Amino acid sequence: MIAWSATAATALLLTVAIVGAVVDGLLDTGVSVASAQRAARPWRETARLLRQRRRTTVAPDALLWRVGLAGPLVVAVLMATVIPVGGSVVSDLPAGLVWFNAMDVLLWAVLWLAGWAPNSGYGLVGGYRFVAQALGYELPLMFALTAPAVAAGSLRVGDVVAGQRGLWYVVQMPLAFAVFLGSVAGFSVWGPLRYPVGRDIAGGLLTEPSGVDRLVLLTGRYALLAAGSGMAVALFLGGGAGPLLPGWLWSLVKTLAVLTLLVAVRRRMPVLRADRVMRLAWLVVLPAVLVQVLVVSVIVLVRG
Amino acid sequence: MQVAAFVVLAVVAVASGIAVFTVDSMARATFALAVSFVAVGGELLLLGLPYLGIITILMMVMEMTIMVVFMVMYMMNPAGLMPMSMLHNTRGAAAIAAGTFVVLAAGSLLVPWPTRRGAPPADPIRTLGESIMGDKMLVMIGISAVLFATIVAALVLATARGRYDRDRSAGPVTAGDRR
Repeated sequence: MIAWSATAATALLLTVAIVGAVVDGLLDTGVSVASAQRAARPWRETARLLRQRRRTTVAPDALLWRVGLAGPLVVAVLMATVIPVGGSVVSDLPAGLVWFNAMDVLLWAVLWLAGWAPNSGYGLVGGYRFVAQALGYELPLMFALTAPAVAAGSLRVGDVVAGQRGLWYVVQMPLAFAVFLGSVAGFSVWGPLRYPVGRDIAGGLLTEPSGVDRLVLLTGRYALLAAGSGMAVALFLGGGAGPLLPGWLWSLVKTLAVLTLLVAVRRRMPVLRADRVMRLAWLVVLPAVLVQVLVVSVIVLVRG
Repeated sequence: MQVAAFVVLAVVAVASGIAVFTVDSMARATFALAVSFVAVGGELLLLGLPYLGIITILMMVMEMTIMVVFMVMYMMNPAGLMPMSMLHNTRGAAAIAAGTFVVLAAGSLLVPWPTRRGAPPADPIRTLGESIMGDKMLVMIGISAVLFATIVAALVLATARGRYDRDRSAGPVTAGDRR
């Protein structure tokens, strides 16, 4: 693995995040607007939010609110440091998988803060909903990360990518892949797991942030989706492996494909309530993903 | 460079540790403590223990988030947004803290430190895993099964009487359930 600069990785992450936002506009076919206008929606929204005056609430905890608003974007950038693009990575940590996991746990704290700090009822409910939902998806996510680590015999993302030379791990562990994608939707507050920003609580976490604050938070959300897609490619879809094209391009193409999939489910699935997520996660998904890890372990043992 | 990073993290750890007792908000106190633990995790990373360092950050941030939820839940202070003192039993606590500090500091100065034997392993993560999972494997398997069973049992007990609607056939339907 070649080390490349954190600035380049951040720029790439933001580019992929913007593509995600554009795709989201394009896929919103429910409104009768030309597709060119829908594709331009993220840019118009950015311009609008940059000009909008920042609203504030009565007696917010300004410091912690800033932490909560900037948190998702910072976490996404920190996640991106261990995600290989072709043969390059910012830092191929010996425990890169655990690093990714630790970063997504940071979201528990920052999104709770984003909800709590503005001193607003709807925001508060959104923050608590996120923590409740996180309790549901976190353990399945940990075991979904364990499966490729067991197969590769290493916690280093570079080794996991190298371990897929023969066969992509998605073939060996499709369930872990699906659970990982579900968890990415969970920590990005996306698709069926957008309960913390639900319409029933006037946007929840997104009720109070306005202007540039809101822009940073929304960008962070797309950046999290982008980082999650990138990690899914490295762990399950062979990283930069592929014919003809160079490795970095394959990484990018696959990442955009996963991102498009995640963006596409947004309007196609109903929102799941946190208590239902909990029941599904602990009673169905967790045992299933444990069986998946068992299957992978047996495969590793049989192959020796 | 490494020494500078170590010093910066050490100062952050101690300063945010002090902040826990000087701020007047539960959320700030909790997350000051989280920052302190994250800095300690960073120190472990610098010591060449990547797994332990990262897992410290992971566990501590998770714990602090759960803790702040419970702290806010049990306070009369609405959602913990009103300023309040974080100190209880100040004199007793000061005496205990000073005593602990003196004992630990004296210990670190007076104990004859052993000289280093051997060298750090090439892959500390593997060595750590083998020392936990090697000869202690049976104990670990036993503990993990008990712990996991406890978690699942607690969850089953907690959700069986959940107040949200469940399968209609699974339990009595109360008036509030029909919407």
